Amino acid sequence: MKEKTVIDKSNVVVAVRNLHKSFHGNAVIKGVDLQVAPRELTVLIGPSGCGKSTFLRCLNGLEIFDQGKISISGIHLERASARAPLDNQFHARVRELRMSVGMVFQSFNLFPHLTALENVMKAPMVVKGVSVDDAKRKALELLGKVGLASHTQHYPSQLSGGQQQRAAIARALAMEPRVMLYDEPTSALDPGLVDEVLLVMKQLDDEGMTQIVVTHEMRFARDVADKVVYFEDGNIVESGPPEEIFSAPKDERTRKFLKKFL
Amino acid sequence: MKRVYENSCVQRMKSGQRIIAPTQSISFGCFFIRWALYLQDILKKNFVIAFLFILTFNLFAQTAPQKTLRWGADSEGGAPFIFPDPQNPSRQLGFEVDLVAAIAAELQREPVFVQNQWDGLVPGLRIDNYDIVVNGLEITPDREQEINFSIPYYATFEQLTVRKDTYDLNSLQDCAGKTVGTLKASLAERILQAQGNIEIRPYDGQITAYEDLALGRLDAVLMDHPIALYYGYPNPKLKFAGDPIGEMKYGIGLRKEDTALLQEINEALRRLIANGTLRAIYERWNMWTPRLTEFFQDTRASNTPATSWQAFLREHQLEKTWRDKLRKYFKDYLPLLTRAAVTTVGLSVSSMLLAILFGLLLALTRLYAPAPFSTLATVYIEAVRGTPLLVQLLFIYYALPQLLGIKLSPVIAAIAGLAFNYAAYEAENYRAGILSIPRSQMEAALALGMTRWQSLQHVIIPQALRLVIPPVTNDFISLIKDSSVVSVIAMVELTREYQRLAGIDFDYLGLGLLVAAMYFVIGFPFVRLAGWAEKYFAFDRRLPDKKQKANGQEQMAKA
Repeated sequence: MKEKTVIDKSNVVVAVRNLHKSFHGNAVIKGVDLQVAPRELTVLIGPSGCGKSTFLRCLNGLEIFDQGKISISGIHLERASARAPLDNQFHARVRELRMSVGMVFQSFNLFPHLTALENVMKAPMVVKGVSVDDAKRKALELLGKVGLASHTQHYPSQLSGGQQQRAAIARALAMEPRVMLYDEPTSALDPGLVDEVLLVMKQLDDEGMTQIVVTHEMRFARDVADKVVYFEDGNIVESGPPEEIFSAPKDERTRKFLKKFL
Repeated sequence: MKRVYENSCVQRMKSGQRIIAPTQSISFGCFFIRWALYLQDILKKNFVIAFLFILTFNLFAQTAPQKTLRWGADSEGGAPFIFPDPQNPSRQLGFEVDLVAAIAAELQREPVFVQNQWDGLVPGLRIDNYDIVVNGLEITPDREQEINFSIPYYATFEQLTVRKDTYDLNSLQDCAGKTVGTLKASLAERILQAQGNIEIRPYDGQITAYEDLALGRLDAVLMDHPIALYYGYPNPKLKFAGDPIGEMKYGIGLRKEDTALLQEINEALRRLIANGTLRAIYERWNMWTPRLTEFFQDTRASNTPATSWQAFLREHQLEKTWRDKLRKYFKDYLPLLTRAAVTTVGLSVSSMLLAILFGLLLALTRLYAPAPFSTLATVYIEAVRGTPLLVQLLFIYYALPQLLGIKLSPVIAAIAGLAFNYAAYEAENYRAGILSIPRSQMEAALALGMTRWQSLQHVIIPQALRLVIPPVTNDFISLIKDSSVVSVIAMVELTREYQRLAGIDFDYLGLGLLVAAMYFVIGFPFVRLAGWAEKYFAFDRRLPDKKQKANGQEQMAKA
């Protein structure tokens, strides 16, 4: 078990400064600042359409932000404005970023033509040139870790939603990311299957993985998170330890939002 | 495949090593290099495909012996010019076969017959598919602009044929207001047009014209006398009417530049006329007419019996039993049809393989290459889809030699024409397949650190390929049948052979069924293969089975 209380501010693995993003003139992210310490589990909560998913997608370059600065474990992305040209160097750094950041999607997005094992093996082999044997050893280990040891030869269509999401987590972990991002990982699951996924995330937290989670699972946020961030209308309203946010929210908007869940 | 790719690819990296490469759009230089490598992989892996290519090309490889006289004609044109021997359909008969044999003997060369569609005889001559054309080619001022003609070897006229019970049609003037059949683009057609008030029915083949006359669909038929003699006259329901109409001379066609050969052939013809050889040929074929006596100024008494003419009549007046026919089908026709079917399969398979590869390149270029290239791909696809295959084939075969001096053999031109045409359709199939893979698949691949190209190669294309199996199979089946259009560029394939053989006995029904069955037999294995492939790739419908589970546990135990 890791120590939860001490967060060393000087030791930051994710730093976001003044991030802006708009779609067709609609501002979705409006100057977000966020810092995440290593080994920390950060939960982003907020109403639908508040921009938290977009924010997460900006963090691994699936959306290119318009303005601001993102630094993740030594990789820096910076743009002065939406008109700033995107050169090859920028794209190269986006790709570097993606290799150090794991992403888990709401709809799993496993590759349907590959077995669970192949899903996990694919990226290390293609991107890092890892040998088949090494990739396989690693994949079996990871699938074992997420409780899918007996399902390695199954195709995604043969797995339940919870199993698919756990396989997707294993797939992301195979690239040995420094940070894991989760975009509503349990929203597409039957209620009975939610816990198996959350347990994997908790286990990773215990092992010291830095994780940022967008979720509506308030119980998970309260029990496992190191930090809870309340997002609304494209910006962070308030953030702090879960006990603080859940029991004594400072902002009226946070209070209003949480009321719906309690 | 993977290993080859990684070793040779710019994108190679070891674990932990950072790489610098554009991800958002595939830069154009790299795009084609990667494509070439991908193609190389495919070919290396599927050496079977390469083998098939080699096999197909060898199949068509031809070696020409020394000192030959290659002559072009269309054996579908029919008697008495040149037609397949009913006893042995792979051999040709006809007075022109005899004529060329006699000329070749004079020149001490070996005659080599080259089959070519009648319409394309002059273009085929100009691109050197053969040395001379001997196929009832009238000497006209138009043609003399393009090619040289020998001295005439035959002179004849147009013959009006009517039903036995018709008594009032004896001249062109009598035909006013009547329906008259003739051959398309012939002298007879022009004569009828000049008359003005006649309803003209142009036919592709003489057999159907006389058949329609006998059935009462036409009032008369006007055709060259030799044709009328062989297809109209023997019909018990028909008779010749009126006097000879017009005048025409057949000459041997040669390229303008082959003046030495022209000289030799003219001398040979003069000798053959003088020593009576030519006359003997015409007498054998019952073609020696008073007009010819006058034309060659040869008033000697006839002394050669019309054996060839009688053989032709015997063959066609014989009532054949079904057993005779069946024996003929299987003994005579099936081997010839099988050979033609092999050509059809070779053509279809090679052009489809090329179309599949080139189509994939087109689809990827259209979807992912930078602006000038993607636009070019789109223009190509639209241009090729928007123009007839026939026109494209004629362009490749006849226009390219004139435009760029690229002279392709019929086989290569046929394969190229079909492949380039179908590639446009395949490209759209692939594009549909690729676009139907959810965007989230690309995102998941990119999120794992793959480049756009790696994502395409390992995630998108494998899924898209499965989706496009049904439409690609569809296109392949239709290509097998479309391959019959290549007969316009001198390829003898299944449909062509069918028409040729059916022309011998006018038997379109029995042979038609046989050929239809052969097309089906060719296509069906591919349909089954595609069905199997579809099932094999149906990864989203698979259920777990025991073997898989056992496998999984075994692997776990090992680890």
